[in-house]
Amino acid sequence: MTSTPPATTAGTVDGAVSGSGSPTGARVARVVQRQGALVILVAVMLIASLAFDTFGSRGNLTGIAMQSSFLAVVSLGMTFVIMTGGIDLSVGSVFALGGVLAAWGSQYGALAALLLPLVICGLIGLVQGLLVARAGLPAFIVTLAGLLFARGLLLLISNEGSTTYKVPQGSGFLELARGELLGIKYPVWIVLVLFLIAGLVLHRTSYGSTVLAIGGQEDAADLMGLPVQRTKVVTYVLSAVLAGFGGAMIASYTASGVTILGVGMELDAIAAVVLGGTLLTGGAGTILGTLVGVLLLQVIKNVINQVGSLDSDWQAVVSGTILLVVVTVQRYLTRVERS
Amino acid sequence: MSETTSPTPTPTPTSTAGGSGQESLPPRRRRVDSEWVRRNGVYVALAVLVVLNVAFTDNFVSEGTLRLQLVQVVPVVVVALGMALVIGTEGIDLSVGAVMALAAALIPLYVGYGAVAAVAMGLVAGLVSGVIAGVLVARVGVQPIVATLGLMVAGRGVANLMGGEIKSIREPGIVALGTGSVVGVPYVVLIAAAVALVTWFLVKRSTYGRQLVAIGGNVRAARLSGLPVRRVLVTTYVICGLLAALAGVLLAARSQASDPTKLGLLMELSAITAVVVGGTPLSGGQVRIVGTVAGALLMQLITATLIFHNIPDSTAQITQAVIVVGAVYVQLGRRKA
Repeated sequence: MTSTPPATTAGTVDGAVSGSGSPTGARVARVVQRQGALVILVAVMLIASLAFDTFGSRGNLTGIAMQSSFLAVVSLGMTFVIMTGGIDLSVGSVFALGGVLAAWGSQYGALAALLLPLVICGLIGLVQGLLVARAGLPAFIVTLAGLLFARGLLLLISNEGSTTYKVPQGSGFLELARGELLGIKYPVWIVLVLFLIAGLVLHRTSYGSTVLAIGGQEDAADLMGLPVQRTKVVTYVLSAVLAGFGGAMIASYTASGVTILGVGMELDAIAAVVLGGTLLTGGAGTILGTLVGVLLLQVIKNVINQVGSLDSDWQAVVSGTILLVVVTVQRYLTRVERS
Repeated sequence: MSETTSPTPTPTPTSTAGGSGQESLPPRRRRVDSEWVRRNGVYVALAVLVVLNVAFTDNFVSEGTLRLQLVQVVPVVVVALGMALVIGTEGIDLSVGAVMALAAALIPLYVGYGAVAAVAMGLVAGLVSGVIAGVLVARVGVQPIVATLGLMVAGRGVANLMGGEIKSIREPGIVALGTGSVVGVPYVVLIAAAVALVTWFLVKRSTYGRQLVAIGGNVRAARLSGLPVRRVLVTTYVICGLLAALAGVLLAARSQASDPTKLGLLMELSAITAVVVGGTPLSGGQVRIVGTVAGALLMQLITATLIFHNIPDSTAQITQAVIVVGAVYVQLGRRKA
């Protein structure tokens, strides 16, 4: 699906190489391209805290952090998938499935509630990964089918969506999303830890460098003898497991397995990843950028809620427009950087 | 490529030689029969499903059933035809569902100026969206999936803002468009057939069609040989946007209502599925119009069959997922990336 010349990815894989000897303009362009979302995020937050008294309040900020945590977990897996040059459209359904599985499993104890979604969703990811990596099917189609499959499975175990499983009161599983450490809820800590680990995995392990190598040029990675297929399979498993875990977190948060969650979430996740500066062509990107992208989407949502007179549909318009503006700017900056 | 899975997976050095598929061209290629399956599989599947339904579904062979199925498949066919063109350029258009909603949302707003004006406004929405997508893809160089994703999110928001809640449409002209028929054939079906015919002609017989296929096959080569790559790309996204808008108008006219939050939801997925099942490779360079129509009919018939036999939603979705993967698996032959 890549209509852009391969030079785009090759040039940005290794920033140091493309940056050597380039004029300051190009260097600035590169920084803005990488951190553009962060600049917008800071600007929006500054303006919002000046415009609305309530925005900067502790309650509101922790609310944003809490609300972001679910999308953040899902987007983390998506980041790795996109870095390999793939895409995972199934995450929204898998997220919902994870939530229902967790709520259903919670009657057998907290451990079952946590493990069941991870295992089942991991299996879905495994099948998707095998179909993409080994059978060579387009990721777009495989995960599109995965979207339908996971949603179908969810309906199957919830009596066509008519049964909403409740997490029993006093279940230890509720602690997952409701517990606090130093006044901050567990999901926020979990997200921070997961992103830290992900950053280390990407930059300090051979798996991470293989991910980037595959996204940069799959043929080359294959010829170099890198375990291309295995890495791709692992990446799709990772994405599905994280989506399922996100679902488990929301099941714990709402104390039930809501069946209608996660519709369109894959698009939010992709948007967050792209906003964060990860190229959809693969081969380059940052873990931290994704977190910024998630926060940006969530802050926009929050700000629009603050403006009471604005309809919540504005959120979609603003998010979509920001996405388009950011990618347009990214494209121009990539050109500046290369010329 | 499929054979590599059957023995115990060997992620050891051997897999690097022939492993991840498309780059190792020389050896394995049983193209002869798989090529036939890829070209004709959709027709065979459609025929088999029709026969099965004739045999096992009560009241399947009746004018009412046939007409209902055709009317229901119209929006998917119209959208899928535009999508086939976009996919032919190695692109994708995720915004079609939102464009449908937008076009439908505009009808109640402009219906005061008459049916023609309202329909025209709906189509203008598709035109605008198509131009934006086309310019972003062709001029700015944004990836199609991102450009149209942004349009999808924003477009649905705009549709909701303009359209608000569900509005019924009572204008006689538009109602006639949605429910009228000539000698038993509904207008909407005739329109879809006409669109298919024109699109077929565009692809097979026009300069534009040849250029489109050339660009999808190899953008660089097309650019180097002096083809108007940007113009063709923009035109393609405009056509896709217009057809999506038309589908939205037809759907609103048929249901005599516009519901911006629901209308056209997940249509992009249905359309892409129809195109791919119909044998058009996602890697571009080929557009199969008849296959696309057959693909849309097949997916519609699958859904209908599952409904006829009271198969619950859950099983229906799982079945569809398996069919989609199976259909693409069969078409492995032409994969590029």
